[in-house]
Amino acid sequence: MTDTPQKPDLSDIPDAVSEPKRRYSIQLVWIIPIVAALIGLSIAVKAYLDRGETITITFKTGEGMEAGKTKIKYKDVQIGEVKELAIAKDRSHVVVTAEMTKDARGLLVKDTRFYVVRARITGGNVSGLSTLIGGSYIGVDAGTSVEARDDFLGLETPPAVSMDVPGRQFVLHADDVGSLDTSAPIFYRRFQVGHVIGTELDRDGKGVTIRVFIRAPYDQYVKTNSVFWHASGVDLTLNASGVKINTESMVSILLGGIAFQTPQDRFDAPSARPNSVFPLFPTKDVALKHAETVETYTLVFRESVRGLTVGAPLDLRGVTVGEVTKIDVALNAANSDVSIPVEVQFYPERLRALSRNKARQERPLDSPGLLDALVAHGFRAEIKSGSLVTGQLFVALDFFPHAPAAKIDWNASPPRFPTVPGSMGELQKQLMHIVQKFEKLPVEQLGGDARKSIQSLEATLKSADKLLKNVDQAVIPEARSALVEARKSLEEVRTTLAELRSTLGAARTTLGGANQVLSADAPLQLDLRDTLRELSRAAQSLRVLGDYLEQHPESLIRGKQEDRK
Amino acid sequence: MTGTPTNAAGLGLCSCRVCHLVSRREQLSAVAHCPRCGAYLHFRKPGSVVRCWSLLIAAYILYIPANLLTMMETGSLFSYRKDTIISGVVHLWRTGSWGIAVVVFVASITIPLLKLISLTLLLVSVQRRSRWHPRQRTRLYRLVELVGRWSMLDIYVVTLLAALVQLGSLATVKAGPAAVAFGAVVVLTMFASMQFDPRLIWDPFQKERTP
Repeated sequence: MTDTPQKPDLSDIPDAVSEPKRRYSIQLVWIIPIVAALIGLSIAVKAYLDRGETITITFKTGEGMEAGKTKIKYKDVQIGEVKELAIAKDRSHVVVTAEMTKDARGLLVKDTRFYVVRARITGGNVSGLSTLIGGSYIGVDAGTSVEARDDFLGLETPPAVSMDVPGRQFVLHADDVGSLDTSAPIFYRRFQVGHVIGTELDRDGKGVTIRVFIRAPYDQYVKTNSVFWHASGVDLTLNASGVKINTESMVSILLGGIAFQTPQDRFDAPSARPNSVFPLFPTKDVALKHAETVETYTLVFRESVRGLTVGAPLDLRGVTVGEVTKIDVALNAANSDVSIPVEVQFYPERLRALSRNKARQERPLDSPGLLDALVAHGFRAEIKSGSLVTGQLFVALDFFPHAPAAKIDWNASPPRFPTVPGSMGELQKQLMHIVQKFEKLPVEQLGGDARKSIQSLEATLKSADKLLKNVDQAVIPEARSALVEARKSLEEVRTTLAELRSTLGAARTTLGGANQVLSADAPLQLDLRDTLRELSRAAQSLRVLGDYLEQHPESLIRGKQEDRK
Repeated sequence: MTGTPTNAAGLGLCSCRVCHLVSRREQLSAVAHCPRCGAYLHFRKPGSVVRCWSLLIAAYILYIPANLLTMMETGSLFSYRKDTIISGVVHLWRTGSWGIAVVVFVASITIPLLKLISLTLLLVSVQRRSRWHPRQRTRLYRLVELVGRWSMLDIYVVTLLAALVQLGSLATVKAGPAAVAFGAVVVLTMFASMQFDPRLIWDPFQKERTP
C-alpha cells in the first residue's frame, strides 16, 4: 500500500459543510435506562407492596390441594396461593401455608372461614364444577371481626351461608330428617327464599335439628306463629272429588325441601327472632292443623288404653276436634293404683264454631268458660273403640248427664279434663268383677271337699261291692231255696185258686138264686115294697102328730081340742 | 504502518450515513454537513458508546422483570397456569417436550443474556481501547446483530397464541407483563447493537492523527 497513488483521489473528495459545534449538555438517550429503571423499580415496589401476609390453614386432608398451584379465592377472585402443604407433627391434619395478596389483608380476621371448594353435585345445584378439571381451590368466607389473625382452621365443606348474605337463621325440630340435606330449598308460597344449612341429630337422639337460612327480605315473613313442614315429594290425595296432586317444585320432589306459611288470619304476628325454634311437621295438613290454637289437656283414664295410639282422634260425635299427643303411665305407689294420663291437643276453635252454629250466638266464648259450662252439663271424655277388629281406640267427647259432677282442673299443667270410664271399660270392669267373684270362690277347698266326697263315695262303693258279694254268697242260695219254696207255695196257691174258682162257681149259682129272689117281680120284692109303703104312711102320720104336738103341746094332757069354729 | 492513518477518519474523510458520499472534513471540532444531501456528518456514530451503554443498562434492568414476572397465562377448562419463562421451560421439560424446552431456553434465556454480555464486553473493550482479538470481537458483533431478532421467538409464540387461542372459557392465552419487559429487552439490545459502531473496535489500531 503506497500513499502516493491515493493522494490525488483524495483531492476530488468534496469538503464537508462546516458549522459551529453545538454542545449537548446531556445525552437524551439516558432517558431510556432511566425509564427502564423506573419501570423496574415500580414493578419491584408494586411487588413489595402487593406482598401479602403468609397464613396457615389447618385442614383434615390435603385432598385436591397442591403447593404452588391451589389458589385461595374470595368471591372467585384470587387473593392468595398455597405455598406449602405439610403434615402436622401429630399427623392428624394438614397444615397449609398460603401467601395472601394485599387485597386479602382485611379478610384475615378472627371469624374468617376457609374451606376447600370441590365439585359438589347435589340435586338442587351443582357447584364448583370448574374444580373438577381446574382443581380445588380454597374458598374464603370473610368474617366481620376486626381482630387480625394468621392461623385458621379450615372447614371441610363450604359454609352453607356466607356471612355477607343478609337473612336470618332458624332452627327446626323434626322427628326425622326425611330426605333433607344441606342446601335443600325452603319455599314460601312456592317461592324459594332460603335453604337448609345443616342437619344434625339431636344429642339425645330423640329427633333432628335442622338449621335453615332465610334470605332477606323474605326472613320477615317468618312469624312467631309460622308453621314449617316437609315439602318433599308429591302429596297425592284421592277422594270423592278426584285425584289431587300437590307439590312444591320439581326440585323439592327430587331432593326434598321445607315450606313454611303463616296462617292467614294471624298474619300480623311479629316476625320471629333469629334462631327461633319451630317444629317441622311432616305434611302441610298437619302443619296447618297445628297452626290453629291448640290447647293441651290431660285426660286421666284408669282403664286400659291398649289400642289407643298417639295421633288417635279426639272425637266429638264424629267431628275430630283434637288428637292424642302423648300417653303416659302414672303409678301411684300410695294406693298401688295405675292411672294413664293421656295428653290430648284440643282445637277449641272447632268447638267454638260448633257452638256458634248451634246456639247462633256471636259473643266470643273464651275456651275455659265454654268448657266449664259444658263440663257442668256432663261433658266428659271417654275411650271408645273405633274398630272391634283392630281394637283401635279413640277418645270421644260427649255428654253424660248422669256422670258424677266434675270440673276441669285448671291448676294442673296441662289442665285436667274429667273423664268417664268408657263402655268398653265398664264391660271390662263387670267382667272383671265376675272373674273376681270366681276367683273368690274357695276352689281349692271345693276341690278338696270334692276329692274327699269322691273318696268316701269310693269307699261306699267298695262296701256296696262287698255287700253285693255277701249278697251273692249268702243271700242268693237262700233266695233260691226261698224261691223254690215260693214256687211250691205258688203251686199250692194255684191249687187253692182252683178250689176258689170252684167255690166261686158255687157262689155264682147261689148269687143267681139270690138274684132271682131279689128281682122286681119277685113276690118277696112286692111284699117288701108294700111294707115299705105302709111304713112311709106310718112315718107321715107320725110327722103330723109331731107337728101337732109341737103346736099344741097341751093336747098331751088336755087331749085334742075341737076346732073353734 | 505507524505514523500514517490507516482509515478514512485518519485521513479526515467521512462518509455520509444517508447518501454515503465521502467528503473531507478538516475541522473536527465543527459540525459538518454532507455537501450533497445536507445530512450531519460524523466520523463515527455520535455517542455510540454512551447510547449503547444506556440502552444496554435499560435492557439489563428490564431483563430482571422479564424473567421474574409472568410471561404467559394459559387458562383452559382443565387448568389455569401462569408461567414465567423459566417455569415454562421447566414445564415443557417435565412434560417431555425436551426439544421445545431447549429451543425456548436457548432463544429466551441464553441468547438475550449472551447478547447483553457480548455487548457489555464489546463496549468495555472499546472504552478501554483494548487491542484484544479485534476480529473475534467483530465476529461477535456480527453474531449479535444477526441473532438479535431471533430472540423475539418467545414474543412471537406468545403473541400468536394470545391472538389465536381465544376460545372463551375453553382456553385462553394471555400475555403477561413479562412479555412486555422481555420484548423491551430484545428491542433494546437490538437498538444497542445498532448503536454500537463496530469501527470502534478497530480504532485502537489507528495511529492518532494530529489535528
